[in-house]
Amino acid sequence: MSKMKKILTTPIFNENPIAFQILGICSALAVTSKLETSIVMSLAVTFVLAFSNLSVSLIRKHIPSSIRIIVEMTIIASLVIIADQIIKAFAYNISKQLSVYVGLIITNCIIMGRAEAFALKNPPLASFIDGIGNGLGYTVILLTVGFFRELVGSGKLLGFQVLPIYTEGGWYVPNGLFLLPPSAFFLIGLIVWALRTWKPEQVQED
Amino acid sequence: MSTDSTRKTVLVALGVCLVCSVLVSTAAVGLKSIQDSNKELDKLKNILSAGNIYKDGADVRQLFDENIKAGIMDLENGRPLSADQYTETLNPDIFDIKSMAKDPKFSHLLDAGKDIAQIKRISKYMVYYQVMEIDRITKIILPVYGKGLWSTMYGFVALDRDLTTVKGFTFYEHGETPGLGGEVDNPAWKASWIGKNIYDSAGQLKIEVIKEKVDPSDPAAIFQVDGLSGATITTRGVNALVRFWLSADGYGPFIEYLKSGGLQ
Repeated sequence: MSKMKKILTTPIFNENPIAFQILGICSALAVTSKLETSIVMSLAVTFVLAFSNLSVSLIRKHIPSSIRIIVEMTIIASLVIIADQIIKAFAYNISKQLSVYVGLIITNCIIMGRAEAFALKNPPLASFIDGIGNGLGYTVILLTVGFFRELVGSGKLLGFQVLPIYTEGGWYVPNGLFLLPPSAFFLIGLIVWALRTWKPEQVQED
Repeated sequence: MSTDSTRKTVLVALGVCLVCSVLVSTAAVGLKSIQDSNKELDKLKNILSAGNIYKDGADVRQLFDENIKAGIMDLENGRPLSADQYTETLNPDIFDIKSMAKDPKFSHLLDAGKDIAQIKRISKYMVYYQVMEIDRITKIILPVYGKGLWSTMYGFVALDRDLTTVKGFTFYEHGETPGLGGEVDNPAWKASWIGKNIYDSAGQLKIEVIKEKVDPSDPAAIFQVDGLSGATITTRGVNALVRFWLSADGYGPFIEYLKSGGLQ
């Protein structure tokens, strides 16, 4: 049991897919200007990650090596389409804001990376949990970045005005830079720095 | 059977494809009706926001029914159809721009020279929306569409009672590049349309989306809208579609009809 727990928690802080492995940066920059889109994107990635790991692991002993990658891609692409369809049906407004980025989960390196590095060599349950764990690792970073970008960039959280903006009689002057993708770059950089100061064993020598 | 034999490879490939396609099509077909009603609501919401009556969190359907009266016009003579001329397909509640323009019964090919918005076929009829304020029409909302860079962009332009001043402009469906052409959804850009004039005092079509920023000191500024930076072709498309639909080939006859007393 403790092994499963370790599989689940290791990717959150110790081997975080974004902060430690520096994967999946593209979507982390693109969809985090608001907390709401960050949450939906995190859920979608976690869903795809968990089930792609599970499916790849279930058929891992039958996948011929010559078509290994294409089989994984087919599974991932199908799951992404399903996630996209669900978001379009139940969160139409958010799906418009996320636009192409849900579809681009297919190319998110975290998913392919976990299928290759973990699911091909481990039993289904462990793979599924590894998918959830890495999804949570992705979620933690996205929510942190989304929280700061929405708060600093527009003074809001989940669409509610938290800091009164000066144009509406308040005192807060929003920092527009935080609504643009480069700010996520700075924030992720700061998170990586903080994480490696807290856990020096993550520092990579070149 | 070894995992790497040709037979096994083909079997695994077929099996994976079969399972995946069943899952994907189940999701797509099963959720289609919900997605379609979302799209429909989104369209109504865009009509409301073009007319500047959309409020966050309001019931879209109710707001629409209370404030908007839809009708159908004959594009050639500009006359609205009376309610007894409505048929099963020719009904403002279910009027579908895309299928009407495709249907040979209701549409015709455009001359290549006239087709600046690159829509190829044009429907004989078109839907329009009137914003009502206690039985008085305050705005007319007209659907406009045309080709951008990647996609056909569908939107609405709202005109004031004077049939010249723009009161709102919005796209409800397009596939332009997010961040570049996709900036047609930018609220600040959409707001820059408000107050612009379509026609000059002589009735000439003057509205234009220009390549650079509008110089406010220029006397022509009232007819000009900023282009989108980094999106030359989308900008051209928006310019063409607005100019096409508001010209004599588009809503010209209808606007003439309204000006000559058709607007109660």
